Amino acid sequence: MSSETGKILTTDGIPLEESLKQAEKKNKIKAFLLVAPLLLFLIITYMIPIGDMFSRSIDDKMVTNMLPKTYKAMETWDGKELPPEEVFEAFYLDYKILVKNKTAGKLQTQLNYEKNGFKSVLKKLARKQKKFEEGNYKEQIMKVHKRWRNVEYWRAIKRRAPSYTYSKYLKGVDMYSNEDGKIVQVSEDRRIHRILWIRTVEVAFFVTLFCFLMAYPIAHLLATLPMKYSNLLMICVLLPFWTSLLVRTASWMILLQQQGIVNDFFVWTGLVADDNRPEMMYNKTGTYVAMTQILLPFMVLPLYSVMKTISPSLMRAGKSLGATPAIAFFKVYFPLTIPGIGAGCLLVFILAIGYYITPALVGGASGTLISNQIAYHMKSTLDWSFASAMGLMLLTGVLVIYWIYNKLVGVDNIKLG
Amino acid sequence: MSKKADFVKFEKVDKSYDGKVLVVKDLNLDIEEGEFVTMLGPSGSGKTTCLMMLAGFETPTNGEIFLDNNPISNIPPHKRGIGMVFQNYALFPHMTVFENLAFPLKVRKMSQEDIEKKVDKALSMVSLGGFANRMPGQLSGGQQQRVAVARALVFDPAVVLMDEPLGALDKNLRESMQYEIKHIHENIGVTVVYVTHDQGEALTMSNRIAVFNDGKVQQLSSPDKLYEEPVNSFVAEFIGENNTFGGEVSEISNETCKVKLEKGEIIANPISVKSVGEKTTVSIRPERALINPKDKMDNNQKGKIEEVIYHGDHTRVRLNLLGNSEFILKVPNSSQNLDIKLGNEINIGWNSHDARALDPK
Repeated sequence: MSSETGKILTTDGIPLEESLKQAEKKNKIKAFLLVAPLLLFLIITYMIPIGDMFSRSIDDKMVTNMLPKTYKAMETWDGKELPPEEVFEAFYLDYKILVKNKTAGKLQTQLNYEKNGFKSVLKKLARKQKKFEEGNYKEQIMKVHKRWRNVEYWRAIKRRAPSYTYSKYLKGVDMYSNEDGKIVQVSEDRRIHRILWIRTVEVAFFVTLFCFLMAYPIAHLLATLPMKYSNLLMICVLLPFWTSLLVRTASWMILLQQQGIVNDFFVWTGLVADDNRPEMMYNKTGTYVAMTQILLPFMVLPLYSVMKTISPSLMRAGKSLGATPAIAFFKVYFPLTIPGIGAGCLLVFILAIGYYITPALVGGASGTLISNQIAYHMKSTLDWSFASAMGLMLLTGVLVIYWIYNKLVGVDNIKLG
Repeated sequence: MSKKADFVKFEKVDKSYDGKVLVVKDLNLDIEEGEFVTMLGPSGSGKTTCLMMLAGFETPTNGEIFLDNNPISNIPPHKRGIGMVFQNYALFPHMTVFENLAFPLKVRKMSQEDIEKKVDKALSMVSLGGFANRMPGQLSGGQQQRVAVARALVFDPAVVLMDEPLGALDKNLRESMQYEIKHIHENIGVTVVYVTHDQGEALTMSNRIAVFNDGKVQQLSSPDKLYEEPVNSFVAEFIGENNTFGGEVSEISNETCKVKLEKGEIIANPISVKSVGEKTTVSIRPERALINPKDKMDNNQKGKIEEVIYHGDHTRVRLNLLGNSEFILKVPNSSQNLDIKLGNEINIGWNSHDARALDPK
């Protein structure tokens, strides 16, 4: 027998494999067309913005494009001593165009990021350069301001030569690359981001913990109560979910403020003196309380969906085999809820780590998180590339947590519903 | 060792869930040590509730349950020392078979060595020797069932409760498991209280069967007695097949009575009727009525064949007899040449002893 007969043919003589492919082609196309709108939506609203964010966060072409001749001339300069005349000349020519186009301001700002005090030097140069004569630009420029004699300033310009930079990421963790190109920490009084990162992780961790401690009994009750009560309780859990986030946060502000209901109650019970009302808002406490309440349903629902599937006869079996209710709970019931705990904790932690509105409203100075800092740079300083860098660092952090979680517990063990 | 006749004792037990309806009414039941007692009944008859009260997951509304003469209503389930096999096995899905079996021993703080010995023994008892390290999810239904039985027995409980343990198995497996459980019971002599709604299962396995209906034990007796001598029409109906005639007693003596039907009259065995004029239901097992009887029988009637269904080992014949068009006969598949054809009129005969005049339906 030849190998030809090894191939299975259909009754029409077409190889079976080919025939199968043909038959399934239509279905495949149909399936793809059905998911295509979603795919397109995801690409447009998710993949493209993230890509844009990434390119923004490392983009440093602005200065490179503003000083093309300078960087060309600087290619041969080793950066040890003052650059030669050609560099000065190129810089003068580049800068002249910028001043003429009224775009010198941008360069001043950018170089000032690199070296403090650069702005005033450049502004002075912008005024004086109109009277420059041809030739010997080195002398003329150095005469405008004595700082031009300082090689540091020229090195600062050179550092901005590459079109791409990771300096924004360093800034996100309170570091920068100094004049020698070494990565060092910023001075201690200016390390604000690291505090924010730590606080963000801390708040997310504790909010997750509080949510877990509160949601576990609720979910258990939901899963074991008879239908008519559990439905009511479920509505109680979901009702806040259906209320606007702002309304909920605002109501916490009413409750927690110094003249608010909670404080009034404390005073009424005599727990605190009227003139010594504790501050429960505009600090971490407010953030904890409001975020825990807001994120609670995200913990309750996965836990509930897992607990619902655990047969009550398992606990009974445990007890009938001689385990006290406590042992039966910890040896039988609890291990079976781990997939729900994993899902709930991951969900709440990831949501909490990027939380914005609530900390912004009730967090005050000591309760704001990294996302508030990102928003600040987006809206106030307009340093979008820095905001993008921090946003990506946050995203990376979440992915790392997810990866660790997958290693420890296994994503297959997550049950969201 | 003499066996205690009332090792497990239900005394005047009532149970109500909502304060309106009694699920179990005035239950009195004695179970002997080492006995295999089945609670049999339709769903909602209160049999599972009784089991749950014995296990400690439900408390009696009134009355008391005794285990070895000790009242147990106030003892929590984990201190009762009663093994239980659940309807859906209730194996712990996150533990291996070994860990499942070791669980009751571990909570009793046995040494690791004893645990291993006992688990090995229990597993070989249900012939699952090599399965100790499997997870329950990797076992077939029958194997899971055996693990559940082994787990309920491994800590040597005085009583083992089984709540419809074979309900989820297919027919063949169910039958072989019935024998297996029966043999295990015979070998180790543990007291078993078994709940089922499957009468075949109950008849095969039990020493005694308690037939439940409407929260009450209708009859408590051995399987053969239950089948041959049902004390009321519910039991007669529920256990096996039976043909019934509703009528009124027209004559009564010690041994027999005459029951007048709408059409005709039959001679019956008075079980629960006492006097003339009482309404009654007469119950006759299909196999007790014969076609063209050779021996003399005191009931002889003519019936018309309305349906013939071939069943392999026997043939079911539906007749119209004395106005009852649901009269069933079971004719064994033998070479006997009986004239069983649709529409034929045939002679049917039975002894008055086998026609039991019970309470009216």
